[in-house]
Amino acid sequence: MATVGAHLNEEALKRLDRQERFNLFGLTLPYLGLVSILIIIPIGWLFYMSFIGRDGTLSFENYTRMLDSKAYIRIFITTFKISFLTTLICALIGYPLTYFMSQLPKKWAGICMIGVLIPFWTSLLVRTYAWLVLLQKKGLLNNLLLDFQIIAEPIKFVHNTSGTLIGMAHIMLPFLILPLYANMRSIDKDCVRAAASLGATPSRAFWTVFFPLSIPGLLAGLLIVFVLCLGFYVTPAVLGGGRVIMAAMKISSNIELYFSWGAASALGVVLLVVTMAILFIASRLVSIDQISTRG
Amino acid sequence: MNSSSLNISIKDVTKTYGNFYALKNIDLEVTSGEFLTLLGPSGSGKTTLLMVLAGFTSPDYGSVKFGEEEVVLKPPHLRDIGMVFQNYALFPHMNVKQNVGYPQKLRGVNKIDMKKTVDEALATVKLDGLGHRGVSELSGGQRQRVALARAIVFKPKILLMDEPLSALDKKLREEMQIELRHLHDSLNMTTVYVTHDQKEALTMSDRIAVINDGSLMQLGRPNEIYNNPNNAFIADFIGESSLISVSVTNKKAYLGTSEILLNHSAQKDGKYLLVVRPEKLFLAKKTEKNTNLFTGVVTESIFQGESQLLVLKLEEEVYGNQSLQMRIANGFDLKGKIPIVGDELTIGLRKLDSFIVE
Repeated sequence: MATVGAHLNEEALKRLDRQERFNLFGLTLPYLGLVSILIIIPIGWLFYMSFIGRDGTLSFENYTRMLDSKAYIRIFITTFKISFLTTLICALIGYPLTYFMSQLPKKWAGICMIGVLIPFWTSLLVRTYAWLVLLQKKGLLNNLLLDFQIIAEPIKFVHNTSGTLIGMAHIMLPFLILPLYANMRSIDKDCVRAAASLGATPSRAFWTVFFPLSIPGLLAGLLIVFVLCLGFYVTPAVLGGGRVIMAAMKISSNIELYFSWGAASALGVVLLVVTMAILFIASRLVSIDQISTRG
Repeated sequence: MNSSSLNISIKDVTKTYGNFYALKNIDLEVTSGEFLTLLGPSGSGKTTLLMVLAGFTSPDYGSVKFGEEEVVLKPPHLRDIGMVFQNYALFPHMNVKQNVGYPQKLRGVNKIDMKKTVDEALATVKLDGLGHRGVSELSGGQRQRVALARAIVFKPKILLMDEPLSALDKKLREEMQIELRHLHDSLNMTTVYVTHDQKEALTMSDRIAVINDGSLMQLGRPNEIYNNPNNAFIADFIGESSLISVSVTNKKAYLGTSEILLNHSAQKDGKYLLVVRPEKLFLAKKTEKNTNLFTGVVTESIFQGESQLLVLKLEEEVYGNQSLQMRIANGFDLKGKIPIVGDELTIGLRKLDSFIVE
């Protein structure tokens, strides 16, 4: 019988089902409200402002200036270079560390994880200035090296690219470790054992079995780090000493020094579009689920 | 001795975790080409022993020899064993062919031989034509077969299996038991098989090593283990049984006040347990010869398909407070009368089937 309502309680059960779905949807309302007020409206405003020229009329001048001005191009190159290098450093430090943690018994891994997370929970500004204290010209590290006569002149660790990279890599590392760790923990240990029993040396088993299975977690981590780096402000501003100018810093100076909301907005829009593009391409490579659920 | 298999000789293998003995002075000889099952409850140490053979766990001391060669110090990848894991441990990023070809690739086998051996192995486990499937597209039974094909493709002389059928449903599991046994007979590799399922062990094995609390409790052919368990643990663990307290004085066994005829009489006086297999009990006439007769009242009568399970409370004045389980095969000639709760029955246990354990 195909007629609706022809079976016992069919209508009532369907209604119950609809009610339940509606209730679940209700849970998303606070978030939807927040998103529309805090994200969609300001971003719409941002787009609008980026098309307002200095004389207050609609124009593309904010965008054309970006293409013409060497300063802007240099800022974009710096932003990408710093982001790329930070991501690379994070991968080189983070992957072996995470691998080590994933092989530990859960209890010890938990203790290591606290070691990773405590800096993560400390204020960004505090950590950045801590690096400054450590690495500056008359900082702890230089004094120590001078005292032991390992060096004759203080080494310039900060107020340059290397300082920025050290600080950023340190701050970004947990963002790589967390998704990667979740991924590595989910890799079946018996797979690696199986490889060994079938004749694979430990390094062969790692490269043919463990590493390929850890790629989703690694990509998720790399992506998060890279995207966060693109818009990073505090650490390059403090540790770069004005020599490393990234997009976010230019946005800030456009507003604070030149009161040029249009130029700042345009830069923001470009940054947003580039980030979205990267996320889009990455989502083709790794399923976005993996990034969000494991992150 | 067959050239396609090796014997395994385990001597004094001991493994402790703190104060806990996972394995206690295990001595075990697995003959070449044999199908030996390590049987025990969970936590008994059977898997630890298998892991010692595979090389994933190092014992505290002891010796493991494959043939004449001591392997206890060798890492797993040099032991040249095939192994099937409980959860199959297939490589999810490779398809069926790549999984099965993996050990061959490691051994630098050329492309032509690779294809030949992989196809052969897949045919052996009846998976021909599924080579290009991804692992996630396979059913549990098929994954199990892939894991098996991967473990035998390089013709190892020793095959280790860690509860390979435990994830399958009952019907498939029972089919696979027979199939694995046939496979073993055709390949003739020395096989060490771990299971906690006593029926599976009885079905498949040449010999069974019963392990409990890290010790080897009994080693023997399935019928020996079933018919002559060494102790109460094994009698209880393997097959169904009612364990009834009896006492022995002057080489005569008594259940309550009634004397019990035994297949082997006990040498020492004291307390023992009479092992009564439910299927060995039968409805008896009071005149039956060479048979222990019991009378009691039916307290449960349960239809179980292939048989009717009865629980009898024995006559208390004669036997003390004791109950027996009894199985009557469906189709057994009861002259149309299935015992129901409250019936008073006389049942017999032949002297041949009557044995006691400590």
